[in-house]
Amino acid sequence: MAGNTEPLSPRAKLAVTAGKAAAAVSRAAGRGSGSVIGGRVALKLDPDLLARLAGHLDVVLVSATNGKTTTTRLIAEALRASGPVVSNALGANMPAGITSALAGGSDAKYGVIEVDEKYLAGVARDVTPKAIALLNLSRDQLDRAAETRMLAEKWREGLAGSKALIIANADDPLIVWAASSSANVVWVAAGQEWKDDAWSCPSCGGVMQRPGEDWFCAECGFRRPTPSWALSGDHVLDPHGSAWPIKLQLPGRANKANATTSAAVAAAFGVPPQVALERMFSVQAVAGRYDVVTFMERELRLLLAKNPAGWLETFSLIDPPPTPVIMSVNARGADGTDTSWLWDVDYTRLAGHPIFVLGDRKLDLAVRLEVAGLDFQVCESLDEAVQLAPPGRIEVIANYTAFQDLRRRVGN
Amino acid sequence: MSDNSLRLVWIYPDLLSTYGDQGNALVVERRARQRGLDVQRVDVRSDQQIPTSGDIYLIGGGEDRPQRLASERLIRDGGLSRAVSNGAIVFSVCAGYQILGHEFINDLGERQQGLGLLDVVSTRGEGERCVGDVLADIDPQLGLPPLTGFENHQGVTHLGKTARPFAKVRFGKGNGVGDGYEGAYNDTVFGTYMHGPVMARNPHIADLLIKLALDVNALPPADDRWYEALRQERIAAATQPA
Repeated sequence: MAGNTEPLSPRAKLAVTAGKAAAAVSRAAGRGSGSVIGGRVALKLDPDLLARLAGHLDVVLVSATNGKTTTTRLIAEALRASGPVVSNALGANMPAGITSALAGGSDAKYGVIEVDEKYLAGVARDVTPKAIALLNLSRDQLDRAAETRMLAEKWREGLAGSKALIIANADDPLIVWAASSSANVVWVAAGQEWKDDAWSCPSCGGVMQRPGEDWFCAECGFRRPTPSWALSGDHVLDPHGSAWPIKLQLPGRANKANATTSAAVAAAFGVPPQVALERMFSVQAVAGRYDVVTFMERELRLLLAKNPAGWLETFSLIDPPPTPVIMSVNARGADGTDTSWLWDVDYTRLAGHPIFVLGDRKLDLAVRLEVAGLDFQVCESLDEAVQLAPPGRIEVIANYTAFQDLRRRVGN
Repeated sequence: MSDNSLRLVWIYPDLLSTYGDQGNALVVERRARQRGLDVQRVDVRSDQQIPTSGDIYLIGGGEDRPQRLASERLIRDGGLSRAVSNGAIVFSVCAGYQILGHEFINDLGERQQGLGLLDVVSTRGEGERCVGDVLADIDPQLGLPPLTGFENHQGVTHLGKTARPFAKVRFGKGNGVGDGYEGAYNDTVFGTYMHGPVMARNPHIADLLIKLALDVNALPPADDRWYEALRQERIAAATQPA
């Protein structure tokens, strides 16, 4: 699966140059990395630029509600065993950000691209990917995003004609529904702790039966496909039945699942699981997530959780009590302005931890924790919470903009 | 209602639990226990029979297709209607509110029959979707402080003669008819467009349902400190939108 080396047209070259200039201006003005504005300028000058840039690459797309940034990083590391990779590693995952990332990698063989869920079908049409990894779908920012099942339906329609190899999670019924319109699917048993968006059969609306790890609809026969790859404890099982140890610096079950999917993707490009998994060990923190920082002479681990499924996976990876936990919740535009999701999260899992609450919507969280019967302290700032926290490393969990606020405060 | 126990039934969490609807069940449960009641909470999936012996029934919000399925299954089951004729209390939110009325527009764009437990009819709004914080004054007959909530719906609900408006909107849209009303109720059946979930910001509604179920006029006080702090913040946010 080698990329061709046909040169860019003069118009495409001009668009790339103009995009880079806009990005440089944006950076100089202190408005972030400039990747999105750069991509916007370039796409305006040459609307087909994304397709043209991708034409030189073997492209892998990665989409999901949770884990897409991390998985993109893991796949990129694995594929570097076989050639140079260009990737939107910072999570700019809409067409402008993707264009900008690809424009920076003229020598690359592979493009490993994280795609926002809403744009997957369109980007898959534009860039003719060789492979698409689909991890999970669950409720996220319902005040502005599409309904979860509708999103799965759009994927299903958009991927129906695609020639790409789909690498998809067999344990998420919505993912299976979205992927099973494709001719060429590799099923991965990657697990999915959150189940509350798939109790109803995406195909016929029947009630889903879930004995053990299995799932099926008793009414229409839609059921879990037999996986060829699986996460089993700390190992990846490959299609030949060999078990490969997962060694990651990233914590938690969800990241082992991401590594399993990444190993399956890497194998499709000829990188053996052992090589792929060894390379994944080098990934330490992803856009600041999972980073351990020192702040006010204390160790803080920064964890991002944007939606109920993400919080659930995060609770399963934090250190046990009496490890202190700081939680920060905002409800700005990028978070979704509706905080009702707090009630989908089982906070009783935090019993025994000293708990400190902050963020724009700390009072919503305070009521949630009161009703869960937990003890907690409401704080005005991270500094106050850290001061009050008993000794030991502190787990800090925050949603999207709250996480950005925290990173700024700790200088990360 | 038998002596010291309260039977709380949460209807169809597999279909109608999209906007943190479990929250209303958790708040009712918590506040009843704080008053020394023994609470039995039963979550009924849509392939299970609805018990008719509950004291309080809760139905949440959901997407358009699950709403259609829930309405079909509730009518086929018949248990909720029997419970209401026995005097049970029902509190419904958003898609659940529409299901309790005579009809609503389903995901196929068709008019679909509801349970007819509330004298309301829902249609689909032509304008923009109603999304955002709401502040409303609850019908004075119910003796409750102002309603604060979050709405997110396209539906418009028209009240018939035997349904009373639950609240009058100060900020926000509510039923969306243009008369400023939000929600509807009769003696024992309540409907609202407020999720968030609504009882986290309005614990007095949970208390009202408990009082109706116990047939008492007052409950021992509960610790309302955090609810009150949240209410003040959200009421201020609704009156001074960013």
